[in-house]
Amino acid sequence: MRWLLLKDLQILRRSPLQAVLLVAYPVLIAILVGLAVSRGPEKPKVAFLNEVPQNARISLSGKKLPSANVQHRICEKVECVQVHSREEAAKKVESGDVLAALILPEDLINKINSLSTLSPGTPKVEVLVNESDPLKASAVDDKIAALLAQANLAIAKRIAIEGGKYLNLVIKGGDLPVLGGAIHILGLQSSAHILEAIEPALPKGPLRVALGEVIEFANEAAENLDIAGPLIERLAQPIEVHKVPVGGSSPPLETFAIAIAATLTLAFVTVLLVAGSLALEREENAYPRLTRGLVSTATLLGEKVLLGIVVGLVVTILMLAGLQIFVPLEWGRFALWLAAILVGAAALAASGAALGAAAREVRAVSLLAFMVTLPIAFLSLVPAGTVGAGLYGVIKVITALFPFKPALEAITAALESGNGSLGTPLLHLAILAVAYALLARLALRRFARA
Amino acid sequence: MVKRFGDREALRGVSFEAAAGELVAIIGPNGAGKTTLLSILAGILAADGGELILGSGAVGWVPQQAALYRRLTVEENLLLFARLEKHPDPRASVAEMLELTGLGERRAEIVARLSGGNQQRINIAIGLLARPSVLLLDEPSVGLDPRQRAKLWEFVAGLAGRGTTVIFSTHDIQEAERYGGRLLVLADGEALFDGSPDELRETVRRESDEAGATAADRDFETAFVAYLHHRGH
Repeated sequence: MRWLLLKDLQILRRSPLQAVLLVAYPVLIAILVGLAVSRGPEKPKVAFLNEVPQNARISLSGKKLPSANVQHRICEKVECVQVHSREEAAKKVESGDVLAALILPEDLINKINSLSTLSPGTPKVEVLVNESDPLKASAVDDKIAALLAQANLAIAKRIAIEGGKYLNLVIKGGDLPVLGGAIHILGLQSSAHILEAIEPALPKGPLRVALGEVIEFANEAAENLDIAGPLIERLAQPIEVHKVPVGGSSPPLETFAIAIAATLTLAFVTVLLVAGSLALEREENAYPRLTRGLVSTATLLGEKVLLGIVVGLVVTILMLAGLQIFVPLEWGRFALWLAAILVGAAALAASGAALGAAAREVRAVSLLAFMVTLPIAFLSLVPAGTVGAGLYGVIKVITALFPFKPALEAITAALESGNGSLGTPLLHLAILAVAYALLARLALRRFARA
Repeated sequence: MVKRFGDREALRGVSFEAAAGELVAIIGPNGAGKTTLLSILAGILAADGGELILGSGAVGWVPQQAALYRRLTVEENLLLFARLEKHPDPRASVAEMLELTGLGERRAEIVARLSGGNQQRINIAIGLLARPSVLLLDEPSVGLDPRQRAKLWEFVAGLAGRGTTVIFSTHDIQEAERYGGRLLVLADGEALFDGSPDELRETVRRESDEAGATAADRDFETAFVAYLHHRGH
């Protein structure tokens, strides 16, 4: 077996394109995944023109509210490019320097303030977009809609908080600051207490009955308005999310991304190499010469699986080492990584051998390996609940028949503690490895007749 | 030997003997069963009936298409098969084969860069690594130019001269006449003739009418075609 293994490694060395692809593929995947998990999405550039006077504030009942920092909030989500005129903003959009321009007009605050008057205006912001690219225009629409929703929410929250304070003042009483001074507001609760104290002193008659009604109104108003305060605050954020995880914990996104990259690399390298290497024996007409007494089909099969395991292991470990530059990995769990990669590689290599035994030419088998591995990899990443229950059941059965998904589960579990059990996917992989090895052996028997 | 592929009988009781140092050419039209017979003798196909009795020594097999790793060098190919044959000193065996094939100077060349003739020489050399007493060659000269063919047969004749029994199949009737000491003519899975080229020519002359006799006196290929024609093939 060792001489066959040596021969295959020599052939690999003599195929520079194949060897480069074997190394370049995982390096490229590692860089892409590393960049994806270590950096947030790029902020789009948006020209920002704020024509609103600096001292303008939204006011409620004549009182100016503190700034809601709308500009700051918007510029957190996009890269704001400050411009000084509408023309400058339009030019930047037209030239493509910025994705869009957001213009807050001078009368924006006045229009917002007019909402609480008898003649409300319509506050508007202006967005300049280059519509030459429909995809870009659609992306800008979505981004601007999200930004404005956030700005609206911030303003609404601020108004709700201030409104709540005024309501509290009406109920409980206190000082209302006006023009640098303060006016004392008695409040409904205090008014009721005073009136209750006065009531016994009044003679029985219509005046005392009327006073009783006023006391009752003050008490009821205070109690009911007390409930209105929290209701106003809820208007700013009507629905609150309380996340309760059930059914086990999911791995962190970074770990899962790394596991996917490692499994994809392992799958493609192992399946393609083993399938291609086995098909090569037929393409070079060497198979009958080898198996007419020099080596048994079982030995040849074992050698190919071993080749896949060795190369797959080296390439996957190299890829994980490359990812370490971007994301820290738990190297203390290296033994578990090895176990997951080795058993995963064995099952993937056995499936590659079964594919290689079914085809006669390296090109045909490479295409077949891609056609099988790629859709299975995609199907394995379909989360439950994103498709119908029936379809998901079918996907589960299909992905369970191929080693990609259990290999992904094993590598995910091995990379970090708390990512699920390692034993179950390893057992699954071992069963698949044996099944595919038997299938490959059956297919190899066809070679003798060919 | 009997061999069936489904309902079709590829070999219908073909029987022959070959002595040490003999050069036996198996000839016949397409589908006669030449490659099937050689594959059974090589142990690649199992016969459905019949018996193969070998003297001492191994059987070497050289397939029609070169069974070589084209991305390995001449030496690496020979070394791999010498190791798989479990030679006690594989490098010495490789040196011997390089000497025998006259490819010593090209030992470090990638096989894919060699001519078809040289690839066939390595193909035969690998078949010889088993140190066979019987060497089976399946259409060894296909795709070779006349000069390469002449070199190949000189090499094969040398092997037979050293006592190796060589059994080869060919479509080239002139080649069979020139190099085959004995001819085995197959058609539709049956052995029609077993003898020397001169004996075949004589048979044609004896069995044929005047036109056939003329054919027998012309080139050997014409005589062979007349022989088959006379037997309904």
